[in-house]
Amino acid sequence: MNKRPHPPAMAADDPQPLIQVEGLTKTYDAVTAVDQIDFSVATGELFGFLGPNGAGKTTTIALLTGLARPDSGSIRIGGIDCTKNPKAAQHLIGVVPDESNLYPELSGFDNLCFCASLYGLHAHERRTRARQLLQTFSLAEAAERKFAGYSKGMKRKLTIAAGIIHHPRLLFLDEPTTGIDVSSARQIRQLIADLHRSGTTIFLTTHYIEEAERLCQRIAFIVNGRIVKTDGVAELLQPEKEKKVMMIAVANSREDLCSRIASAFPHFHFQASSAEQIRVESDHPISIGPLVRFIEDQGAEVMEARRIQPSLEQVFVRVTGIELAAMKKEKEKGGNNR
Amino acid sequence: MKRWIAFWNIMLKDMRAYYLKPPNISWGLIFPLAWTGMFYIRSGADSVDILSLLPGVTAISILFGTTSLLAVTVTFEKKNRSFERLLMAPIPLELLMLAKTSGAILFGVVNAFVPIAAAAFLTDLSGVDWSTLLPAIVMIAIASTFLGLFIAVSVSEVFEAQTFSNFFRFPMIFLCGLFFPIASLPIFLRPFSYLFPLTYGVDILHGAVHGAAVQTLALNFAVITAFCLILFFFSLKNIHRKWIV
Repeated sequence: MNKRPHPPAMAADDPQPLIQVEGLTKTYDAVTAVDQIDFSVATGELFGFLGPNGAGKTTTIALLTGLARPDSGSIRIGGIDCTKNPKAAQHLIGVVPDESNLYPELSGFDNLCFCASLYGLHAHERRTRARQLLQTFSLAEAAERKFAGYSKGMKRKLTIAAGIIHHPRLLFLDEPTTGIDVSSARQIRQLIADLHRSGTTIFLTTHYIEEAERLCQRIAFIVNGRIVKTDGVAELLQPEKEKKVMMIAVANSREDLCSRIASAFPHFHFQASSAEQIRVESDHPISIGPLVRFIEDQGAEVMEARRIQPSLEQVFVRVTGIELAAMKKEKEKGGNNR
Repeated sequence: MKRWIAFWNIMLKDMRAYYLKPPNISWGLIFPLAWTGMFYIRSGADSVDILSLLPGVTAISILFGTTSLLAVTVTFEKKNRSFERLLMAPIPLELLMLAKTSGAILFGVVNAFVPIAAAAFLTDLSGVDWSTLLPAIVMIAIASTFLGLFIAVSVSEVFEAQTFSNFFRFPMIFLCGLFFPIASLPIFLRPFSYLFPLTYGVDILHGAVHGAAVQTLALNFAVITAFCLILFFFSLKNIHRKWIV
């Protein structure tokens, strides 16, 4: 789980990727939700789709799963052209939407059996598979309880179980850990990793960058309906690894402290991420002593100075220009409205 | 085979999950039962009256039962997004919607036998032409269900579906010849009667129960079949246009 699986052949080199999208565009009224996007996902890959609220992630899933029709572009899933006939590849895919959408009146067991029947599984196979999944997802004790009475975490787990009941080759996971407790989220991440290890190709959308970094092999950043960057996680992190980054927490600082330090240390790049936080970047090792002394000479107090490990968060901020805090705030606002 | 497994289970799930939902109990069972009771009490022991009322009461039971059920099975599921699960399943939309409506058609047929069973205790039904009555009940159930489907896919909230249904259902009670002949309506209202599928279904029922049909059996069946096809076609078109955008 903690160790990222070895990436499969990159989609671009794959002779027949499981998902192949070219020039996909979707407009709702005057808003272009998805704008000329191209990407491919290799068989067995765990592909992350990252972006802020309204970036076009859910619309892309809707287009790929047949819930929306593209204005232009093409979609191939498992070699099947789904652009005109989205039903053609639906037997290959499982979908876990951002909101649990099972049937509140049915029990957990009956929900799974019903979902299996939609893919033509016979009664005996349905029941066996449902029991097995309830066991795997630690829901066996709640099997006969109505779905309406499940907690959020349980609902999400059962929705994932319903998405894989028919052994799909490709699983779409739309924000699988949003709005659930830490323990359930951790369990779900483990389940996703296990599913991936068992050979399922996964298309994951999330706004938790650390989640994508931990789970995914390749990631596409989508902003305002356009993919701004697609690459393997290791490749995305490489430029950040070459940089040295420190975060200095200060108190009682002057307003112009950041510009004063920048003048004194011209070979470093400084950025005040808040009134009390100064980010220092350099391509060379950063010697902290002179920096701390200079700050204290300016009348400010250094509370903490720490080295920042390279993370996908930095890559995301650099590539998209979107501050993570703003993205999370926006997401929470969106979540409350739903 | 796989598709029929899906078809059968969608129908069974709707029957298990929704037959006893409040809108179905109030509009689908209590309302027709109240009408049945009201008319039977009014007609007393007069068997002629009961036979003339039976087609109307039967039709109203089917109409309210089926249309109420569709508001739940389709509009409610669309609202809570579980309908998306069906749209993403590898089943043709036509088959999916037939599965979604089959439970309601059965519900309508069962509802039809509530007033018929009550009438059997109060009067002699030996003169009823069952070979015409039964297909008529099925056709009315199909037409009413497809009318309910048309309404259900035109709105987005369950209460809207119920309100929109009543927009059709209540005029139909008075315009379709359920309790008094269309010929007795004011002349300017009569053309509207022929715009509703129930008019043709009720005419068949009148013919089967007490031999008082106005149009020929073939014409009635042909028109009600045409209504079914048109309503189903437009419902599918609406789903394509509004739900798979």
